[in-house]
Amino acid sequence: MNRVKRTLAPYLLVLPGGLWLLLFFVVPMVTMLSLSLQQGDVVNGYRFTGHWQNYVDAVTDYRTQMIRSLVYGLVTTVVLVVMSFPIAYWIAFYGGKRKSTYLFLLLLPFFVSFVLRTISWRQILTDDGMLLHPLKEAGLLSPGFHILGTSYAVIGGLVYNFLPFMVLPIYVALERIDSRVIEAAQDLYAVPATVFRKVVFPLALPGVFAGVLMTFVPASSDYVNSAVLGSSSTTMIGQVVQAQALANSNYPMASAISFTLMAVLLAGIFVYARLLGTEDVMKAAAR
Amino acid sequence: MFPTNKPDPSLLRGMTQRRLGRRDALRLGGVSALGAFLAACGVEGKGKPQASVAPDAVEKFWAGKAQNGKLDFANWPLYMDPKKPEIAKFTAKTGIKVNYQEVIQEMGPWFAKVQPQLSAKQSIGFDLMVITNSIQFGQFRDAGFLAPLDHSKLPNYAANAGKAYAQESFDMGNVFSIPWASGITGIAYDRKKTGRDITKLADLWDPAFKGKVGMFSDTQELANFGLLAAGLKPGDSGEEEWKKAAAKLKEQKDAGIVRNYYDQSYVDALGKGEVWLTQAWSGDIFQKNVSDGTDFQFIIPEEGGTIWTDNFTIPVTAANPVDAIMMMDFFYEVENAASLAEYINYVCPVPAAQEQIKKDAATKTGEDKALLEKLATSPLVFPGEADYAKLHYYVDFNTAEEQQGFQSIFEPITLS
Repeated sequence: MNRVKRTLAPYLLVLPGGLWLLLFFVVPMVTMLSLSLQQGDVVNGYRFTGHWQNYVDAVTDYRTQMIRSLVYGLVTTVVLVVMSFPIAYWIAFYGGKRKSTYLFLLLLPFFVSFVLRTISWRQILTDDGMLLHPLKEAGLLSPGFHILGTSYAVIGGLVYNFLPFMVLPIYVALERIDSRVIEAAQDLYAVPATVFRKVVFPLALPGVFAGVLMTFVPASSDYVNSAVLGSSSTTMIGQVVQAQALANSNYPMASAISFTLMAVLLAGIFVYARLLGTEDVMKAAAR
Repeated sequence: MFPTNKPDPSLLRGMTQRRLGRRDALRLGGVSALGAFLAACGVEGKGKPQASVAPDAVEKFWAGKAQNGKLDFANWPLYMDPKKPEIAKFTAKTGIKVNYQEVIQEMGPWFAKVQPQLSAKQSIGFDLMVITNSIQFGQFRDAGFLAPLDHSKLPNYAANAGKAYAQESFDMGNVFSIPWASGITGIAYDRKKTGRDITKLADLWDPAFKGKVGMFSDTQELANFGLLAAGLKPGDSGEEEWKKAAAKLKEQKDAGIVRNYYDQSYVDALGKGEVWLTQAWSGDIFQKNVSDGTDFQFIIPEEGGTIWTDNFTIPVTAANPVDAIMMMDFFYEVENAASLAEYINYVCPVPAAQEQIKKDAATKTGEDKALLEKLATSPLVFPGEADYAKLHYYVDFNTAEEQQGFQSIFEPITLS
């Protein structure tokens, strides 16, 4: 009896999660894959015809938006790493007793809805808003100057919205560093820059890796920031999917674009993981 | 007033639509195990296109339906006085409690939002909805999503509606819909920002307004302005003309003149100074000026503008259709039509309302009186022959293919 229990235990443990994945991941994925190969129109219904042309159309018609989204995602991620590392470093090593307060402050804006926060940026940055209006009145800017509707506004919004997702993993990695390792480096006459380069940074890499995964993928497929802060020249692929699915009821095209985007992102992440040699990093962190 | 010599599009669509059977579909796709499995996930047809309504459809739908004392009403923003005096009056008169929601911002998304429930024959949570004579109106109608109206329940409509409304090509004889209001698409602008008067469509292409021009994201609205700007008539346009119009619109976009393609949010963008001049719906600007104290102008461009009709319709799955049709008829009492037009400033489907507004003006004094007097003679609320000559309808489609071709020409402009 005990042996049966022991053999079954792992399966029973995985059952809730497994069912969840089956229901909410596998089923929608298969449905979407099927949809992406269908043909028809919304009034007469879509039928499965193995219509690969959807993918060809997705790539030819929306290449620009796809590339633009990846570029925005990449720039956002790089800016995030550069901004987040000092923040996480400071909290981890100089935060003292107030560490949790600082982390709480970092997360505080995120208790407000994502869409609402983005809209409030729009209120601040708008052409005649509290930021630009005084500058225009003072004659420092031309009346036609605007921030909204530009790539800068969209990338700015993305950076703002994904900041904690980069800071937190890096913070966790830095926090785990044993202070004795750093002391040892100092004892061996390493100057602070060398300590950082040879000890702290490599040990923080798993955090950076996790942060990049958690920001690059959602930032590239985001559509809220571009819709609220951007214009027709900053359209991202997420907006195209949204428009095809929710405005044009063209579900096959929306699905085909989504699968193409997923494939491109997976390929990107795979290459990135290979280049960074994460396995070694993870092993180092585990020791 | 509403000339049309094209046959009912739904009729033609029913005859010309290529129907794809499941068997053909599988043969085309190659019957692999995966293929068959994936095919099982097909989106079911949304019902057959209705060439015409069965003679007993009205009877069948309305049989056994009773007044329930409540009504969920879906409308567009800025389409009624925020204090909703007409709704209060309706409730006082009939005892029907009304839940009025401003949930419709653009036709495409609205159709996409309610289509899954309607296909599943479920309630969409609304008994009455106001929809434009757009591409989606045809989709609602052809999919059988609209309840056929029982005209015996619409005595005020029969007595007071402008007769031309029964001749509108998208719903000949008002089988599924009666108008809420018509409106004009023209140009709204902020005189303080533009520094000069705007009179023509060409102003929307003026490089001096780089990054400050708003256009509509609705393809029909956008296409009409492109066609008119290119010197073409929307009424008798075909694929060749559409391509020319698209090229004209692309030129405007590529020069960086267009700030964005908007849905109802253009009013906000104009208010925030993000756009200085924009495609606009006539009544919105009037209401914006009244409610926010702004001083925006609205014009019908020299080259012409667009006229459309927003229509009362009852979704076929409505829980309270009797209450809904009572509300429809209520707005055709001259007094109520006038009070609505006085606030929204859109084209009123009840001609007698003009006299009523003049009467209302006589009871007022000062600024209110001047406003109402102006309204009673406003070409934006009661257009005359000369105004109609400058106004064009949306492009009409004879087949679904034609409509998809149209979409594929204009969609890439707003989506890139």
